[in-house]
Amino acid sequence: MEQYIWIIPFAPLFGAVVNGLLAVSNAGKGRVVSERLVSFIGCAAPFVSFVTAVGVFFHLRGLPEAERVVSQSIFPWLVSGDLQVDFALMIDTLSMVMVLVVTGVGTVIHFYSIGYMAKDDGYARYFAYLNLFMFAMLVLVTAKSIPVLFVGWEGVGLCSYLLIGFWYKDIKNAAAGKKAFIVNRVGDFAFLIGIFIVFVATLKIGSPTLDFVELRRLVSEHPEAFAGTATAAALLFFIGATGKSAQLPLYVWLPDAMAGPTPVSALIHAATMVTAGVYMVARLSYLYLESPAAMAVVATVGTVTAIFAATIGICQRDIKKVLAYSTVSQLGYMFAAVGVGAFAAGIFHLMTHAFFKACLFLGAGSVIHAMSGEQDMLEMGALAKAMKRTAPTFVIAALTIAGVPPLAAFFSKDEILWSVYNAGVGPSWLPGLLWVILLAGAGITAFYMFRAVYLTFFGKRRYTDEAAHHLHESPAVMTVPLMILAAGSVLAGIVGIPAVLGGSNWFHRYLQPAIGPTVHAGEAGSHAVEAVHGAGHGSTGLELALMVLSVAVGVAGILLARHLYLKNPAVPGRIAERFEGLYRLVYNKYFVDEAYEASVVRPGYRLSNTVLFRVIDVAIIDGIVNGVGVFARLVGSAVRLVQTGVVRTYALIFLLGIIYLIYRLAG
Amino acid sequence: MVTIHHYMVLSAVLFFIGVFGVLFRRNLIVIFMSIELMLNAVNLSFVTFARYTQSMDGHVVAFFVMALAAAEAAIGLAILVMIFRNRSTVQADDLSLMRD
Repeated sequence: MEQYIWIIPFAPLFGAVVNGLLAVSNAGKGRVVSERLVSFIGCAAPFVSFVTAVGVFFHLRGLPEAERVVSQSIFPWLVSGDLQVDFALMIDTLSMVMVLVVTGVGTVIHFYSIGYMAKDDGYARYFAYLNLFMFAMLVLVTAKSIPVLFVGWEGVGLCSYLLIGFWYKDIKNAAAGKKAFIVNRVGDFAFLIGIFIVFVATLKIGSPTLDFVELRRLVSEHPEAFAGTATAAALLFFIGATGKSAQLPLYVWLPDAMAGPTPVSALIHAATMVTAGVYMVARLSYLYLESPAAMAVVATVGTVTAIFAATIGICQRDIKKVLAYSTVSQLGYMFAAVGVGAFAAGIFHLMTHAFFKACLFLGAGSVIHAMSGEQDMLEMGALAKAMKRTAPTFVIAALTIAGVPPLAAFFSKDEILWSVYNAGVGPSWLPGLLWVILLAGAGITAFYMFRAVYLTFFGKRRYTDEAAHHLHESPAVMTVPLMILAAGSVLAGIVGIPAVLGGSNWFHRYLQPAIGPTVHAGEAGSHAVEAVHGAGHGSTGLELALMVLSVAVGVAGILLARHLYLKNPAVPGRIAERFEGLYRLVYNKYFVDEAYEASVVRPGYRLSNTVLFRVIDVAIIDGIVNGVGVFARLVGSAVRLVQTGVVRTYALIFLLGIIYLIYRLAG
Repeated sequence: MVTIHHYMVLSAVLFFIGVFGVLFRRNLIVIFMSIELMLNAVNLSFVTFARYTQSMDGHVVAFFVMALAAAEAAIGLAILVMIFRNRSTVQADDLSLMRD
């Protein structure tokens, strides 16, 4: 099986190349290439990856638990002194989960795109980018070393940029793409420095490596060598993650990223790419476990982001913006989980989130499609009657995110809350505080999600007759993916039913070999995890009580939304008037964009315009380049005086030269 | 008694007459003749040394120089004729096209 791993990332790359060539050959000629050919190649590529991934999954199941890892080296990539980095792929249980989520949800979204992007001029280009994204994402999750992961990390960033600005003729979309790219660049810079720090640390031990397996062994065997550097490296990697996974303070690009086509928002900016940071922290769990300080930072940033983004979600009018802030918030939950050492819980939520958030986004896409491009929820209402398939799936996904049992996110969110409650990170008051915030966030999540549901699908009809004329349910190629994802949101929780509810938490055990210190030091490893995780502190009764509490909070959020947006639609407006200052603050997203504009963008622009452009570029760099030319001209005009054109002058100089030579030789 | 010194002095005088002819005359034909004069001054010293050292080497080189001078005269005069046909002058100072 190992020799087939390469197919998983490279099948989409093949699709990207073929569709890319078709797109190039088609450029400027309108739609000449048949959409059927393009969609066949575009959808077959991720499907091939998915089938291969399932094959690898069963191969892994056949191996003993501690040896569940397969790897394949494709070619030696960086060879420098003692350091050798191969372009190598590795699939262990953690990568396996990610690969299945990415290829599974990815394939479904590719199929959905056939309907959503139909008759678009950039059809082939779209599928080429989407397949290229799949390639980069799969390289990211199957990388065997940090540099290869970084290749995927940058690759998904590039594809994200290309797809956000897919309809680049509108300057706003192009600007959103640029914003995403530049904000990510800030995080990636920290990520790179983190790689260097890890490399130097391994160099000091005497075995320079950037391979995940080797690194894990080194960290387990020489924890003292990483004592000083682990915190710095972990924090720098986390700054990279705040960029890629849209956490405070670098989350600002994600809401703008909604400028891209909706399936792109579902695939890249909800289900897969933005979870790369969570995956990276879980992948380097052994490094993070060496640094309780870094863990506390991760957990705190995640929690603050969760509540921060959730509150913004309350006041958004654009249905995709609500989902975008919801994504930021849910990613915060995942980081809270991995920050307290509950890596499996974080990845579990990542998986369930991929299903329900992709379903929500595709549902929103279906609505936007039906409303001929309208995204403002205040212009919708009562769509449930017209959209008999989209509405139920959207409601199911919304119930899932609200944490209603027994849907998937109930299990995953609850495991996160329970892990945070029992966490042993930071000062003793920290876990309790984080837990309260996350619990409140769960209530707010349920509220804003059902606000969106009621505004969009129920209540009074607010759209125009013109819009009603065009209103239609989406074709089957779009609704079937919705149903698949809705089914996933319902069922995905089964793999992680906790012991307290009579399950065995299979998911947790499945990930165990891939997380924490080395497999062979398994005993010590689980101790280390538990020391931070603090599993087993609380009693069964307490766990059940907290579970009931979190469900109650979620249901309260739903009922409040029902009360405000279905029963008394006039009330929210009055509340907004009453607390006008607060409403404006939240409606304008706490003015974070404006603050960044004033504190970073404008000074940066001014610095570029005055110092970088006028001094460094024009004065220094252009000065040097032009100076070389001027110097050559000066020398030329001085030396050309010698060139008289009179033969006798040359002969005289010739003679003087000879006399001088004879004088030297004779002297 | 005519010694080697006399020949050497004669050779040097002839050579420098040639040099100054090349440097200070303007007519290309005279410059040309001055070059021939320099070549023959050198020839004279070769032959003188050949006699003095009782070796044939100097004679051999002298014949080579003569052959070379003949070839040079043929080519040089051909060039001169062409220049005169094209520009109607053989004054070296008028031929400064390279400068402009």
